[in-house]
Amino acid sequence: MTPLTNEDAVVSFHEVGKVYDDEGLRVTAVKNVSFDIPRKRFAMIVGPSGSGKTTLLNLVGCIDTPTSGRLEVCGQDTGALDDRALTDFRSKNVAFVFQGFNLFPVLTAYENVEYPLLLLGVGGAERRERTLAMLDSVGLADKGRHRPNQLSGGQKQRIAIARALVKNPALVLADEPTANLDTHTGAEIIALMRKVQREHSASFVFSTHDPQLMSHADETFVLRDGELFDHRAREAS
Amino acid sequence: MFLKIAFRNILRNGRRSLMTLLAIAVGGVAIVLFGEFVGFVQASLETNAVQNVGHLTVFRRGFFDYGAGDPAGFGIANYEEVTGLVENDPEIRPLLDVITPTVSLSGVIGNFEIDTSKTFLGTGYVPADREKMQRWDEHGVAQRRVLQDSGLRADDESRGVVGVGLARVLGLCAPLHIADCPPRPAPTTWVAANAGAAPDVPRESIDTEAAAKADIPRLDMLAATANGAPNVMSLYVTRAEPQGARELDDNVVVMSFALAQKLLYGRGERQATGLVLQLHRTEDLTHVRGRLEALFQAHGLDLEVRDFAERQPFYRQAVGMFSAIFLFIALIMGMIVLFTVVNTMGTSVVERTSEIGTARAMGLRRTGVRRLFVLEGSILGAFGATAGVATGQIVAMAFNRAGATWTPPGSAAPVPLEVLTAHAGGLLAGVWVGLVVMATIAAVVPANRAARLQVVDALRHV
Repeated sequence: MTPLTNEDAVVSFHEVGKVYDDEGLRVTAVKNVSFDIPRKRFAMIVGPSGSGKTTLLNLVGCIDTPTSGRLEVCGQDTGALDDRALTDFRSKNVAFVFQGFNLFPVLTAYENVEYPLLLLGVGGAERRERTLAMLDSVGLADKGRHRPNQLSGGQKQRIAIARALVKNPALVLADEPTANLDTHTGAEIIALMRKVQREHSASFVFSTHDPQLMSHADETFVLRDGELFDHRAREAS
Repeated sequence: MFLKIAFRNILRNGRRSLMTLLAIAVGGVAIVLFGEFVGFVQASLETNAVQNVGHLTVFRRGFFDYGAGDPAGFGIANYEEVTGLVENDPEIRPLLDVITPTVSLSGVIGNFEIDTSKTFLGTGYVPADREKMQRWDEHGVAQRRVLQDSGLRADDESRGVVGVGLARVLGLCAPLHIADCPPRPAPTTWVAANAGAAPDVPRESIDTEAAAKADIPRLDMLAATANGAPNVMSLYVTRAEPQGARELDDNVVVMSFALAQKLLYGRGERQATGLVLQLHRTEDLTHVRGRLEALFQAHGLDLEVRDFAERQPFYRQAVGMFSAIFLFIALIMGMIVLFTVVNTMGTSVVERTSEIGTARAMGLRRTGVRRLFVLEGSILGAFGATAGVATGQIVAMAFNRAGATWTPPGSAAPVPLEVLTAHAGGLLAGVWVGLVVMATIAAVVPANRAARLQVVDALRHV
């Protein structure tokens, strides 16, 4: 795979390895991988269970740190940042869509979407405008006052997507985003993510088993036993 | 938003939060009630002491430590001038309620009709000043008490009051209508043999008004004057008064200042052994004391000033004891609050581990996580403390209306049992702040645990 320039890559792995030490038992989850994930693409990390997909996604999301190598996310060497700086970096640049939605149950749909803007210190009027626009964008403008337990699985995932995109992140990470949804709803969610990805020019990186989702991939990175086994790219349309 | 999240998280598990609030509130009620009771006891003790010995007493230097053996030798000769000096001081005058001379002395008092005598400790007061002093009630704790006649008369210096024990010993149970007086045993052989014998001091020399006061029991007091000569005066006992301690009951004699002067100084120069100052407010005591000492030094007067706590060590001991018990109870309640909140917040952290991971992944700093849980602890503390303080105050007011009585330390008769609600603002504020601080501190431990969670581990938590 030909290395991309910094401008073209949203994520660059340079000999990145990750070893877990679980009470003396060393488990190598990622073995010195080196590849780039291009910007503004629908990238999928696929592979069988235990291949290191989630670990790789956690490293990209800066919620885990490599034990070796260098990782650049949005042009930033993540190893150079301490915990606080890394947290602020996540707040500005990275968003997550979780398999289990992970909405805050005590907040309404509107407040869940608004939350990342609060962390960024966005002012009240702008916050409201962007939150309402995002809810409208995912087709749930009328559900703003609902609590997560009053929403269906598909609606929850739409809110989670709205929450991820409201801060205009450079990178959206989604770990099995359709795993808890039926086929029809999963297809809707994929279509929605495609739509907002284009609207917001965001880079999406997925970890998935779902063939339906994989069929939408612009870039596919196949992992096996912690190593990059294959990479397939679809020409940009 | 953080406040909103904190509130909603508290309401999320209503029953657990309610139990935590109840624990804090019960702690608050207990501390408020006991604190107000201690406040009442301390105010009662202070009121009792100030009514009897004033806030400050001016003595001739040395009297306080050595005067009991020779009260006449430690008298203040120019006490009227000293009184004028104090009364006219512009700093002291507005703070002063009463300034009055007293004479303290000791001697032998006897009822020669039954040939019985006993040593006594006497104090002479100006009757009008004594009555005014006994109306002092800065803290409002004596409102329900019936103010007794001082037993002294401005127009009859021979009237006085004795302790109930002394009255019993001297055979005055019947004439003074003292309840629970055991029957007097038969006299010993020596007394029986000498019954009716003439007293050592010729009765004619001391008995000048007996005929006019035939219905009032009379005792005769013998004391040494300043030059060492024996002196005898009669005391017509109007009342026996419980003193709260047996040794006082058996020894106390209260008489008029004029009579005490005559007894102690005879034909010599009439002096006072002390000048008692009662102030409007106890909080002025330190200032007035300092001013008095400066005044005496400036005028070259060899006088010293003692406060009521020095004169009545029991006051300080009782206040110290009640304060220690209060602190102990407050500490126990504080620990209960601490462990309850730690437990509640700890459970909350475990339940919300995944949410903590999500928030951290989205960019919430560790300090933000810590702040959120500490805020929840503070809110729990604030609501619990408010409920506790309010309930405690309502219960206290209801208790005061119930009209209970008790016999406090240093008192011989039952007095109204109340809790001090009127001036309890400081206590209520202190309890509220204390409970909130305790709940906040208790939340710090689980909050730190939440903040230290690794994002990946927290997100994996089920």
